Amino acid sequence: MSSIGTGYDLSVTTFSPDGRVFQVEYAGKAVDNSGTVVGIKCKDGIVLGVEKLVTSKMILKGSNRRLHSVHRHSGLAVAGLAADGRQIVSRAKSEAASYEKVYGEPMPVKELADRVASYVHLCTLYWWLRPFGCGVILGGYDRDGPQLYMIEPSGLSYKYFGAALGKGRQAAKTEIEKLKLSELTCREGIVEVAKIIYGVHDEAKDKDFELELSWVCDESNRQHEKVPDDLVEQAKAAAQAALEEMDAD
Amino acid sequence: MDAALMGSPSAAAAGDAPTSGEHRMGTTIVGVCYDGGVVLAADSRTSTGMYVANRASDKITQLTDNVYVCRSGSAADTQVISDYVRYFLHQHTIQLGQPATVKVAANLIRLLAYQNKNMLQAGMIVGGWDKYEGGQIFSVPLGGTILRQPFAIGGSGSSYLYGLLDHEWKEGMSQEEAEKFVVKVVSLAMARDGASGGVVRTVTINSDGVSRKFYPGDKLPLWHEELEPQNSLLDILAAGNTDPMVQ
Repeated sequence: MSSIGTGYDLSVTTFSPDGRVFQVEYAGKAVDNSGTVVGIKCKDGIVLGVEKLVTSKMILKGSNRRLHSVHRHSGLAVAGLAADGRQIVSRAKSEAASYEKVYGEPMPVKELADRVASYVHLCTLYWWLRPFGCGVILGGYDRDGPQLYMIEPSGLSYKYFGAALGKGRQAAKTEIEKLKLSELTCREGIVEVAKIIYGVHDEAKDKDFELELSWVCDESNRQHEKVPDDLVEQAKAAAQAALEEMDAD
Repeated sequence: MDAALMGSPSAAAAGDAPTSGEHRMGTTIVGVCYDGGVVLAADSRTSTGMYVANRASDKITQLTDNVYVCRSGSAADTQVISDYVRYFLHQHTIQLGQPATVKVAANLIRLLAYQNKNMLQAGMIVGGWDKYEGGQIFSVPLGGTILRQPFAIGGSGSSYLYGLLDHEWKEGMSQEEAEKFVVKVVSLAMARDGASGGVVRTVTINSDGVSRKFYPGDKLPLWHEELEPQNSLLDILAAGNTDPMVQ
């Protein structure tokens, strides 16, 4: 070996002597450097929010979406490499469609999360594949109520009350923990998510960002939808007001 | 080579043995929703052409703990479909960690019936109970459509029953009413339809579980111009009647 380093981090099929797979950990770094993504489970549904960093003023607003619909009742938010995320979204969509074709009813969120996680995990098993450089937050509503899952590049998937990925995840998580999620409605939830995203945004390092919000709740008729524009504007205004209030203190 | 069918006796070609046909279930099957569950009912005749291959067959097959299916058409085809669907539902139950819904069972049957419609002769009625939708009846007729209905009838005997059910079926029957109703309906069809006969079997499914009932052919009600059942024509002769067919 001519280069520096131990050589244990070159392939996803090589374990280090202490049992780690470095390539998967590096994939995790791609997620950690991304714009913040937040998902919360309120009493009547799920709210997903993304701090979509805008790298150029020439980019059209609303392009390069990081929030996607998987099927009628669930949506997926991507942190990390957006292009990798689209592969996951595409797989999730086809899984949901084939499930519904075979069983005649919408795919349960747990089942969808399991299958997407298996797919993500599959890419950590072969030397000719690269793990996904993205983590996803999956929100959905089925007969067992609203559910929130987060899937990491390793293929790990857990069910959450509130989840956050990306640069501001630590701050976002402490903010989520302060919320009374069992009493919060989604209408209130979008304001809280907007506040968190605006709060964790680092204006010094990242110039501009776009707030993406989606929900799946009783108010949206259990459909995964973009939050209506008027509600987004209200949430943004509330978030900015909260920021200014904090700055004034 | 004919195969056994549950239902209409098809005329075997002249010279063929009466048993050389396909086993058909020239059948009468019924599924009815009542207040709190469903009742499925069927006759028990399986014939190969004119020959009754089985006079006490069970055409109501279990798919899961809470879903059963009534089979009509080719005995072999409907058995294979039920076997596959039972297997798929078992897997599905393990995967989900909870019982499969009636809709899922019906949809799997539909999928097989539709995708192989050129090869199959199968008309099925799926009935069951689940915690989300309660008692449900789905009919999956020949072409592989799926239809949720408050009641469904199938098999060759059903053509004698449409008007009767349209007239007499009512919503919100009690379990006893519904069970009595299906036995009456199936025995009526058995009286008219030569391809249906034997005994009546029923399966009742509700939140408490499943119960099966059996009504022997000689305990069924006699309808218009039906003759009393006889154990043997010899008994009649012994009684001094010279023409056993005229009592």
